[in-house]
Amino acid sequence: MPDAAALAVLSQDLLATGGVLATRHEHGKARLDVEPAAVVDTLAALKAQGFRSLMSVHGLDYYPEEPRLGVQYELLDMTARDRITVATRVTIADPHVPSVTPAWPTAEHQEREIFDMFGVIFDGHPDLRRILMPDDYEGHPQRRDFPIGGEPVLFTHNEKDVPGWIE
Amino acid sequence: MEIVRSSGSSIQTPEQFRAQGLKAREMLRGELTDAEMEDYVRSRILTTTLDKATAWARGNSLFPATFGLACCAIEMMSIVGARLDIARFGFEAFRASPRQADMLILSGRVSIKMAPVVRRIYDQMLEPKFAIAMGACSSSMGVFNNYAIVPADKFMPIDVHVPGCPPRPEALMYGILKLRSMVQEDPAMGWRERYNAVGTEEVVPAPGTPGETPQAESAVNVFPGEAIQRA
Amino acid sequence: MTDLPTTPPEDDATPAAAATATAAPSKSAYRQMEESITMAPLAQQAMENVHDELLTLNFGPHHPATHGVLRLLVSLDGEIVRDLKPVIGYVHTGIEKTAEQKQYWKAIPVIERMDYVSYFFNAYAFCGATETLLECEVPKRAQYLRVIHLELNRIMSHLVWLGTSALDLGAMSVWWYCFRERETLLDLFEMSTGQRMHTRYFQVGGVIEDIPRGFETKVRQFLKAQREGVKTYGDLLNRNEIALQRLRNVGIVDEQRLLDLGVTGPLLRATGNPWDLRKAMPYCSYEDFDFKIPVGTLGDNYDRYACRLAEIKESCDIVEQALDALPEGPHITDDRKIALPPRHELATSMEALIHHFKLVTEGMRVPAGEVYFPIESPRGEMGVFIRSDGSSKPARVHMRDPSFVNLQATADMCRDSLIADMIATLAMMDPILGGVDR
Repeated sequence: MPDAAALAVLSQDLLATGGVLATRHEHGKARLDVEPAAVVDTLAALKAQGFRSLMSVHGLDYYPEEPRLGVQYELLDMTARDRITVATRVTIADPHVPSVTPAWPTAEHQEREIFDMFGVIFDGHPDLRRILMPDDYEGHPQRRDFPIGGEPVLFTHNEKDVPGWIE
Repeated sequence: MEIVRSSGSSIQTPEQFRAQGLKAREMLRGELTDAEMEDYVRSRILTTTLDKATAWARGNSLFPATFGLACCAIEMMSIVGARLDIARFGFEAFRASPRQADMLILSGRVSIKMAPVVRRIYDQMLEPKFAIAMGACSSSMGVFNNYAIVPADKFMPIDVHVPGCPPRPEALMYGILKLRSMVQEDPAMGWRERYNAVGTEEVVPAPGTPGETPQAESAVNVFPGEAIQRA
Repeated sequence: MTDLPTTPPEDDATPAAAATATAAPSKSAYRQMEESITMAPLAQQAMENVHDELLTLNFGPHHPATHGVLRLLVSLDGEIVRDLKPVIGYVHTGIEKTAEQKQYWKAIPVIERMDYVSYFFNAYAFCGATETLLECEVPKRAQYLRVIHLELNRIMSHLVWLGTSALDLGAMSVWWYCFRERETLLDLFEMSTGQRMHTRYFQVGGVIEDIPRGFETKVRQFLKAQREGVKTYGDLLNRNEIALQRLRNVGIVDEQRLLDLGVTGPLLRATGNPWDLRKAMPYCSYEDFDFKIPVGTLGDNYDRYACRLAEIKESCDIVEQALDALPEGPHITDDRKIALPPRHELATSMEALIHHFKLVTEGMRVPAGEVYFPIESPRGEMGVFIRSDGSSKPARVHMRDPSFVNLQATADMCRDSLIADMIATLAMMDPILGGVDR
């Protein structure tokens, strides 16, 4: 993992390209917080630095903090055996993030999953549609304000309320 | 082709089922008279030898459909293995095609995307067919009580529920043998009679009827004419 | 194998006719007609309408060969696959959202059921991520016990893979043998953890219970039998004519394309890239063990098979070394704010009672933060991302499942090959749909 000094050097180069909001170093790992528009360039700059593998693209919901939706990219440098995280956040009102799929083909299914589960729209994705839920499903299930759903657990006090109960 | 269904049981409505249950209670308490007792016995057990032979044959040669969904499928594969050999009961012929199978072991969690597919496969099976809900996820919601899972009881009739997460192969074996004894001794008992669930076949609606799903221009409905009941 | 019919020489009839004309004095009209027929018109036809109509076929989700509920939309040109689109989501269980509703230690059984053949790996990735957030020290004995169970689970996963793949190819005997070995393994798991599958053995801070007496002997017996078993499977399949014909040179994707697609695990190692997190970025005391990473050369299905078979043997070695070097000590961390105190303390110590009560009712409080913890599962890099907001329930759990990412390589692997090759490639890819859909 790049240590704090290396991270400072790294972010200096990236600050020149613009868009880097903050750098963090926690639990032995470096993390860059960037603006959504700068995601593609940041990843390209990191690729030039040696982080040539995109291991994971995942989304999260920071409810109730704003901006709510976050997308994180986990990069790996196989030669130097390093990892780095790039994180960005968008609001529900304007959930657009440029897609990194053209440069990193591995992000295709993963960005579709984030779209399906959180509603983040990836501009430039070749085929953005639902992947895990049925195509006509309404709602984005993994948002924190989406109800967990499920069946009520039947006890003797509420079993009579279940439709289909035969006395 | 006409389908002639033998109405083996006269239980059609939940009220009749309840009446039968009350009669069973009276029988156990010794309150039935001679004539009533004879009627009761006749209605409850298979009296003809041919019926008994057919039931015996059916029970001993159930063909399960390969329907492994999730973790329970791995345990289902274990009962086909050498330790708990399901072949000693005659059930090792897992058929891939539902048209050739008569038992559906629903092993694993049924998601909302998969439920219509399961129902379709179940409809394509021929009567008499049986379903076992293996594991907690298909019987009830199981470990996961959330938006993505459907318990199998909601969309298809299940004969035997086997609890466990995943059920041990011995437990599944117990469930299958229970189903076998049900088939051989008294097919009239249980879930399906109660909810009048016999006769679930796939019906292809005629073109133009409201039940038909919209099809693409180039698709050809190979079953033109009125909706037919396909056996 | 996938050649279109080529145009035969146009004038093959004439030399033969000339030869027979000189040999026999006269030929009947029938013979002349017979000899005048060539394959030329058909070849001409084949050259002209060059297969511009593709048939879209739907494989699954209910299909005996798709290894779970995977639906493939395959565009076929005769029997050759021109394009392939996987449709997933048929066993989506909402595990990630369910885990948000449960306390950290209660979420472990839910997380385990994701990639349902390698359940110890799911649990370990989650526990490891939580331990990173808690900055909790896992005792050495617990780490070695974890390694033993992880590697036994790796053997079990590869046995399931080998059995089902060989079944897909038609080699049924291998299926019976693999599942027989697997039964012994599940007996071992039952002995140490109490449950055959989904054992909830790994807890945050260590393992829930120490191994019983007699476990070590049984494991050593099993390892001896397993080494013989690996030789048996090799004897059955390594130089088997059918296996070679079906697996050699089939499904080749070059290494750079696989790296671009994010593919890891035996699929990547079959191309020659020795990336294995156990050696490259060791965790959980893997640096203490001496084992090799099998790699392939071509990256075809045969290399993938050979890599996994060799990995079974390497896992046997790791388990043996771990048993030999198993240190004494606690099996779970001593920090009472994370792990339950032993029951005998509850009668005497008030603090232990209070800790027990708080842990069982509220659960452990994990400081706020975000962490991504990757490990090497039998299918590739399995990572768990946890975001904690300081409470006792995780605010977001995401599993980076290897099969989900590896599935993107299916189209590349199956393009321009036959349907039967596609089945073999799917088998060799070892997708577990529980992990793909979560």
